[in-house]
Amino acid sequence: MTTLDSSKEIQKNNSEVNETHEDFRMFGLITFLIADGMTFAGFFAAYLTYKAVNPLPDGAIYELELPIPTLNTILLLVSSATFHKAGKALLKDKNSESQKWLFFTAFLGIIFLICQLFEYFHLPFGLTDNLFASTFYALTGFHGLHVTLGTLMILIIAWQSRIKGGRLTSQNMFPLEAVELYWHFVDGIWVILFIILYLL
Amino acid sequence: MLNKTIYLILIISLVFAISFWIGFNVNLLPTEASINAPIYDELFKILFIIGLIIFIGMTIAVIYSLFRFRKRNDQIGDGIALEGNLSLEIVWTIIPSIIVLLIGLYSYNIYDRMGGMKELNHNHEMMSSNSEKIWAGISQTSDNEIAINNLSIEVSAMQFAFLFNYPKGNFISGELHVPVDQKVSMKMESKDVIHAFWVPEFRIKQDIIPGQPTILNFTPTKVGKYPIICAELCGPYHGGMRASIIVEEESDYNEWFNKNKKPEVNL
Amino acid sequence: MTISIDPQKTNNESLQPKGWLRYFSFSLDHKVIGIQYLVCGFLFYLIGGSLASAIRIELASPMSDFMPRDVYNQVLTLHGTIMIFLWIVPVVNGAFGNYLIPFYVGARDMAFPRLNAVAFWLIPPSGLMLVASYFVEGAAQAGWTAYPPLSITTPQSGQIIWILSVLLLGGSSIFGGINFIATIIKLRRPGLKLMQLPMYCWAMLGTSLLVVLSTPVLAGTLILLSFDIIANTGFFNPVLGGNVVVYQHLFWFYSHPAVYIMVLPAFGLVSEILPVHARKPLFGYTTMVFSIMGIVVLGLVVWAHHMFTSGTPPWMRLFFTIATAFIAVPTGIKFFNWVATLWGGKISINSAMLFSCGFIINFVFGGITGVALAQVPFDIHVHDTYFVVAHFHYIVYGGTVFIIFSSIYHWFPKVTGKMLNEKLGILHFIITFIGFNLCFAPQHWLGLNGMPRRVAEYDPQFQFVNQISSLGALLMAISTIPFLINVFLSVRNGKNAGDNPWNALTPEWLTSSPPPVENWEGEAPLVEEPYGYGKEISERK
Ligand code: HEA
Ligand code: HEA
Ligand code: CUA
Ligand SMILES: [Cu+2]
Repeated sequence: MTTLDSSKEIQKNNSEVNETHEDFRMFGLITFLIADGMTFAGFFAAYLTYKAVNPLPDGAIYELELPIPTLNTILLLVSSATFHKAGKALLKDKNSESQKWLFFTAFLGIIFLICQLFEYFHLPFGLTDNLFASTFYALTGFHGLHVTLGTLMILIIAWQSRIKGGRLTSQNMFPLEAVELYWHFVDGIWVILFIILYLL
Repeated sequence: MLNKTIYLILIISLVFAISFWIGFNVNLLPTEASINAPIYDELFKILFIIGLIIFIGMTIAVIYSLFRFRKRNDQIGDGIALEGNLSLEIVWTIIPSIIVLLIGLYSYNIYDRMGGMKELNHNHEMMSSNSEKIWAGISQTSDNEIAINNLSIEVSAMQFAFLFNYPKGNFISGELHVPVDQKVSMKMESKDVIHAFWVPEFRIKQDIIPGQPTILNFTPTKVGKYPIICAELCGPYHGGMRASIIVEEESDYNEWFNKNKKPEVNL
Repeated sequence: MTISIDPQKTNNESLQPKGWLRYFSFSLDHKVIGIQYLVCGFLFYLIGGSLASAIRIELASPMSDFMPRDVYNQVLTLHGTIMIFLWIVPVVNGAFGNYLIPFYVGARDMAFPRLNAVAFWLIPPSGLMLVASYFVEGAAQAGWTAYPPLSITTPQSGQIIWILSVLLLGGSSIFGGINFIATIIKLRRPGLKLMQLPMYCWAMLGTSLLVVLSTPVLAGTLILLSFDIIANTGFFNPVLGGNVVVYQHLFWFYSHPAVYIMVLPAFGLVSEILPVHARKPLFGYTTMVFSIMGIVVLGLVVWAHHMFTSGTPPWMRLFFTIATAFIAVPTGIKFFNWVATLWGGKISINSAMLFSCGFIINFVFGGITGVALAQVPFDIHVHDTYFVVAHFHYIVYGGTVFIIFSSIYHWFPKVTGKMLNEKLGILHFIITFIGFNLCFAPQHWLGLNGMPRRVAEYDPQFQFVNQISSLGALLMAISTIPFLINVFLSVRNGKNAGDNPWNALTPEWLTSSPPPVENWEGEAPLVEEPYGYGKEISERK
């Protein structure tokens, strides 16, 4: 038996397994998100420790402008809601409506990223200026990476939902649900980030 | 049954006897040369004895079972289908918990006697000069200490040497000289990477972390020359980063100090 | 006995996996992946062991004469990193986990076979990259802990490669962890309850929780460290206002749990091996499960015991002392239960059994020195000395590596259908056991008397004891020879093992040896009592 054959064999068997078990892909994704969340937790812990222990050099800028990040928070929260709408529409087999909502969500994500970049360019400090600046960029940058990935995935599933009976249908909601969960997770991280980075 | 109990008690007492004998007669530690050292060795002895009892006991239990319950050639079939025993489980949860708790409390007491839990003396002259944050190593003090007798030395560690600055004498030495039976207080700073100040005969060690000036106090009790060892990997010559501490009688120390002393420079 | 074995055990040859080439392919079969992990890990063990031999040769004389000082630091860094991230962690988790877990839960494969293959194939390239970094500008030389600022200031390309490869290995470990959790929780055969799983599943569940919760923190930390090296930020660089102790906290938040990632699966494996060869049920199943979970929870909150001399505040030292020492309680429960499992059994004294018992003795010793190290005042003297080196080799080598060997003797017939030679196996055990103790026991004394770790040159007064230690290392190196001979001879013409040479009851033995691709012909058996030894003997052959 060649490798290819045995792989196929396994796949066959595996689809058997899939039939007898409830869908555990979501479970795997949740586990992954917990792991991802721990990376952020590490960053947050580092940031809070720095803030408590390491005083900044005199004259270093601490204050951040609030308008853009507040707008960004709202953007993300709204995008969570629009994503939810997309899911509901798909469930009712309204593919084109679902696709519209998805594109709108992706659009919000892109605006978020643009605002974020705008903020970066107008900040009075650069990456290596001081400890606060470095941590600020590391945290928001790592989060921004997540938003970028999320936006790309939304665009992909929006493309997939273009036709009825395609890859993404009311029978096979998993891709949409997975990306949605991920998106909510990224939102949640942003809210925490917003609170401890901008408000505290 | 009675026979078994007697054997068990006999074996347990034997294990205890052997452990205590080894604990009291085998010395694994170097000379005691500071007031920390006897306190440390007291803790060591207790931990050593408890550890030996547990280790010898477990080893005997394993080897005994291997011999006693080994499968003889003519035997077939399984052992008894014993799946557990709640009271045994409770016993071997509670006894280790108690041992661990007692060890913890005891070592807290030891640490306190070494001065680890003590707030640093904030009137320390070196600290009044600047407002930076100071981290504390062990702050060994004896009760009848006289503040003026305190020797303050500034240690700077760098790749790959220790330098000892005697601010009162305004000179820097590569060897640490201290008088016996007096509290020494050192402020340690690192110029580059993390180093550590370790004198095995004193049973003290403290990392010297860049950006974190650290205070370390000790009181030597025995005249002699001991090694100061850098215990934190700091680069290729980490192994060669050593210095000596010379503990001497006060008169000898004063002689050495006056020989090296430089006049105060007025800027 | 309530085992319902599907009676249709045919020898359908066409379904037997064939061809050694598939071990070099992106196979999705969990059994193939398990063997891939094992062989790959073992090759890295030989590399790591050769590096250890180089260390011991250097330390046979007090001068730095065998290799330059910076090369020595590279060698010990590579030795530590390879042994941990490329040998112990992949083998006790990846190899045995992949091979056994699907059998134990009654599944045909892992939950995510593709992710599984990806997780494995991350390992060889990152391992090779790590080894190859030695030839670039010198490998990383800041120890496996990579403490800044040293790791920022030493030659940078080696350190960057080190970070990259540890990141990849961490990713592999996380993928594996997710897969194990999903498989154990979600892929159980219908009717199989959690409390009926073999103990190794519980151990892997606990381990995977630790992997998922702590490895990402290491990843984040290393990313920050790489910024410090590449982009000149100052997270951990005191010159730029950073804080090096924060790195240590984050690093040990992963690396302490990592020691349980290295030992919990081994605990699981012993729990499988002892009952089979002692012909007795595993003693105290429920308490064993709880003690694993206890170790997981406690293991997450003890990390600062590696930092007792770093100027941490007194209350923190106190808390971490107590928490650390308390790990002795759940661990102790496990050891007492194992001894109770042996007690009153009908023990076959074979290589698997001997290595397991050697494990118990060595680990108890290493655990006791661990509890001593947990006491702040004790640790202050011996921190960063050979006492610590001795402590953890007693655990990682005397514990985990012993169990890996024990497991190989135990499961070799399962994987190949051939028995290993017992005489060579016992010879292997005797040389390993003597060599190991000769190598590491004297190091306790060295540490107590003033020999720091990570040094290429030392006080000549320690020469004699170091030479004893090096002699022990030589014996350990020699001991691999009978083992390798044994494996090669037995794979080719070992005694035929039959399907179940040990008469074991755990599910992996209830199929042919080696097993068919889909693990079972027909439905997976429902094993409600994996340790039902001594019950209704008449029902078994
Ligand atoms: C698999 C790996 C492994 C395991 C399982 C352990 C287990 C333990 N370790 Fe170890 N440790 C390491 C690997 C491991 N360690 C490594 C690699 C380092 C060095 C890292 C570096 O700096 O490079 C290290 C360093 C290390 C330190 C820091 C030393 C220093 O640098 O100064 C400490 C301090 O507390 C410690 C403690 C412990 C304790 C308390 C346990 C406990 O879990 C042990 C518990 C077990 C027992 C106690 C035995 C069985 C119990 C009984 C029979 C019951 C009765 C016992 C009593 C009542 C005591 N370890
Ligand atoms: C995790 C597992 C693990 C294992 C299994 C080992 C195994 C061994 N270790 Fe290791 N060790 C560590 C983890 C491990 N170590 C870690 C984490 C450190 C700390 C690093 C640091 O400080 O950063 C360390 C550090 C360390 C030091 C301290 C170095 C120093 O601080 O200066 C020493 C010194 O004796 C040592 C020795 C050994 C020896 C002799 C073995 C032996 O048991 C090895 C036995 C195996 C062999 C001898 C292999 C046999 C094969 C051959 C001889 C080659 C044949 C080749 C072919 C066929 C191709 N180790
Ligand atoms: Cu300085 Cu090691
Ligand atoms: Cu630890």
